[in-house]
Amino acid sequence: MKKTLIPLAIFLVLVVFLAIGLTRDPHEVPSPLINKPAPAFTAPRLHAVNQPFSAKDMLGQVWLLNTWASWCVACRQEHPVLMELAKTRALPIVGLNYKDQDADGLKWLARFGNPYDTTVTDKDGRIGIDYGVYGVPESFLIDKAGVIRYKQIGPVTEEALQDKILPLARELQK
Amino acid sequence: MIPEIGHFALILALFVALALGLLSVIGGQQGRADWMALARPGAQALWLLTAFSFGCLTYAFYTNDFSVSYVAQHSNSKLPGLYRVAGVWGGHEGSLLLWHFMLTSWMLAVSLFSRQLPDAMVSRVLGLLGLVAVGFLLFMLITSNPFLRLSDIPADGRDLNPLLQDPGLVFHPPMLYMGYVGFAIPFAFAIAALLNGRLDAAWARWSRPWATAAWLFLTLGIALGSWWAYYELGWGGWWFWDPVENASFLPWLVGTALIHSLAVTEKRGLFRNWTIILAITAFSLSLLGTFLVRSGVLTSVHAFASDPKRGVFILLFLSVVVGGSLTLFAMRASKVRSGGSFALVSRETFLLVNNVLLTTAAASVLLGTLYPLIIDALNLGKLSVGPPYFNAVFAPIMVPVLVFMVIGSFARWKSDSATALMQRLSPVAMVSMVLGSTAPLLAGAWSALAALGLTLAFWIVLASLLQIYRQLRDTVGWTSTPASFWGMHVAHIGIAVCVVGITMVKGYETEKDVRMVLGDTVSVGGYTFRLTGIRAEAGPNYNADVGDVELIRDGRVLKTLHPEKRNYFSSTMPMTEAAIDTSLVRDVYVSLGERLEDGKAPAWAMRVYHKPFITWIWGGCVLMALGGAMAALDRRYRRKSTAPATAPIPGGALA
Repeated sequence: MKKTLIPLAIFLVLVVFLAIGLTRDPHEVPSPLINKPAPAFTAPRLHAVNQPFSAKDMLGQVWLLNTWASWCVACRQEHPVLMELAKTRALPIVGLNYKDQDADGLKWLARFGNPYDTTVTDKDGRIGIDYGVYGVPESFLIDKAGVIRYKQIGPVTEEALQDKILPLARELQK
Repeated sequence: MIPEIGHFALILALFVALALGLLSVIGGQQGRADWMALARPGAQALWLLTAFSFGCLTYAFYTNDFSVSYVAQHSNSKLPGLYRVAGVWGGHEGSLLLWHFMLTSWMLAVSLFSRQLPDAMVSRVLGLLGLVAVGFLLFMLITSNPFLRLSDIPADGRDLNPLLQDPGLVFHPPMLYMGYVGFAIPFAFAIAALLNGRLDAAWARWSRPWATAAWLFLTLGIALGSWWAYYELGWGGWWFWDPVENASFLPWLVGTALIHSLAVTEKRGLFRNWTIILAITAFSLSLLGTFLVRSGVLTSVHAFASDPKRGVFILLFLSVVVGGSLTLFAMRASKVRSGGSFALVSRETFLLVNNVLLTTAAASVLLGTLYPLIIDALNLGKLSVGPPYFNAVFAPIMVPVLVFMVIGSFARWKSDSATALMQRLSPVAMVSMVLGSTAPLLAGAWSALAALGLTLAFWIVLASLLQIYRQLRDTVGWTSTPASFWGMHVAHIGIAVCVVGITMVKGYETEKDVRMVLGDTVSVGGYTFRLTGIRAEAGPNYNADVGDVELIRDGRVLKTLHPEKRNYFSSTMPMTEAAIDTSLVRDVYVSLGERLEDGKAPAWAMRVYHKPFITWIWGGCVLMALGGAMAALDRRYRRKSTAPATAPIPGGALA
């Protein structure tokens, strides 16, 4: 091969990688928790502080754990999607009110509607740390045995719901 | 109406650029004087149309025309006037228009300052740049039009990203783009020379001042960006090896190699293929940077709204421009006859070694930047490459660069004797080693890295001073020393100043992260900080908590610093405005963190830093740019010259 062709060859390889890169989403970070048991926690419910909720309560069901906060703008974006999902009763949704004040969280749900079967408070974000949350919203699909099967980083979009979360949930519910 | 006129001007510009590109390049190739005559007026018309269009967008911003989608997304009626103007390039579409405006401004400059060049060359160069402009105009008009209207006109705009509401936005992007786009000029000269088939000393001399000018703007742009990140982000850092920073640093590294390689090609007629490939690479990396930033293939703090359509377009554009150029290179480069020969010990050798090292440094930064993408494309998982990789790879490559830089400037062209060179340099080496290894003792703890960094800095400065001394001793009067001689030494001393800054900050910076209530003190680097008050203050489009922090040294209050935490109405992210006290030898830096506790004794998180010599990092960059300006303005570039390819080398100066 002629030496002067080398730069062109290098460039062509680079273009191939860039083209493949265009089809990928760099924000899609897989969670190390996928296919691992969901970390156990017991925490007060937002609406009934005296009746703590435990992740163990959900054993035997396929459920969605959705972290949210009243200060989170992207949560407002995903909120209508969750409201629609709640109406279909396809699976229980548990909210994790992350690093938020109870009063603010309650006000937020009263204003925008409450899609959650129950909401758990995580004022200091400790449960969030166990789940590897580094920004709200994030959602976890957890199977009957209490194993995390899917993680959605960022808002639950209509596409993510229809293409990934619901098909997987139906499969797991069988 | 005004936005439509701006839009229309942009469409007209597309046709002008297309006509300019085709007619001037073909005219230059076939020697048709009538077509070649179009090149200069064509470039000037393109500039006028672009400037007009740019003015229209600025007008829409200034008058808060929120019916324009781009304005509605990046401005707000409460935004101060200065940022309403600078906000024009605060988002993707407008910054592309700025990119294009810079390109046409360079073209305007070429059309005005090219009287000493043959018409065919000017015609080809302007035509090629016109074709590049076609690509960017198409990109804007198809995927990123800043003039699109909204049918639903919002009452107010979404506001400019608060991080960008800073004087830094006014200067950093224009400077950076000037540099980025400026490498289009040596690129066009290189391609024109390939088309012409004559890669001679004249071609190198023509492109040298342009390459140097682009390089100096890029240097300033990068320095401004680094300084901006330093005071605005509130992390105290000045370089993060973020993909977008790397995207600007890559053309800088290759551009540095290019301006030195051009020197050899001009003086000795050597390294022609090298120079061509460096010119193509520098501009390709500018385009690649644009791709990386705009397509969303990498995660970065400089998040532009990404759109796969845009990514596909730039990738196509990149493939056509770079693929086409490299194909032309492969076809034509072998025809270039090689110039004279040079001995192993000669200035040529050292310049070549440094060019190889700079290119290697660029390649390793590029690899680190693209590695996540490559790994993902090969389905090997997702990962990110952080500063540890870059520091580990980059520093060891740059150390020999700094060593050879001096040897190269001392060595004679063509052939030198190793013993004579040793004799000339060993005193400099000895003195700088002694000074460099004792200086860290003055700063406190001795460390090998600090000693190495300071030794290298002394090595460069002493060598340059020695050469300046000799030059002045051996010549009569100031005027006989060319401006480029001064330019080279000022730039090299700038590197040394920058190295001192980096070494001192890396070696001796101290920081503390503390919780403070009113009256608390914290000490860092011999300074004591006392939090005396925190009050609420209202800005035009934000509310802020402003701290009063007394800076105390030896029991005396030097001044009160005011770090701020701002909550912009349009954003949920609080912004940190660090308070910095700068002096020649150190910065002290206070940034106000989160409010930790309310109530009677509110507590705040505070970060305080002591950063010795940090301003030297940017000061060094300013010196480099100044040196670049002196070299680019050297008289001899303005002379009409027909010197043969291997002209005798006047004097001993490199530049």
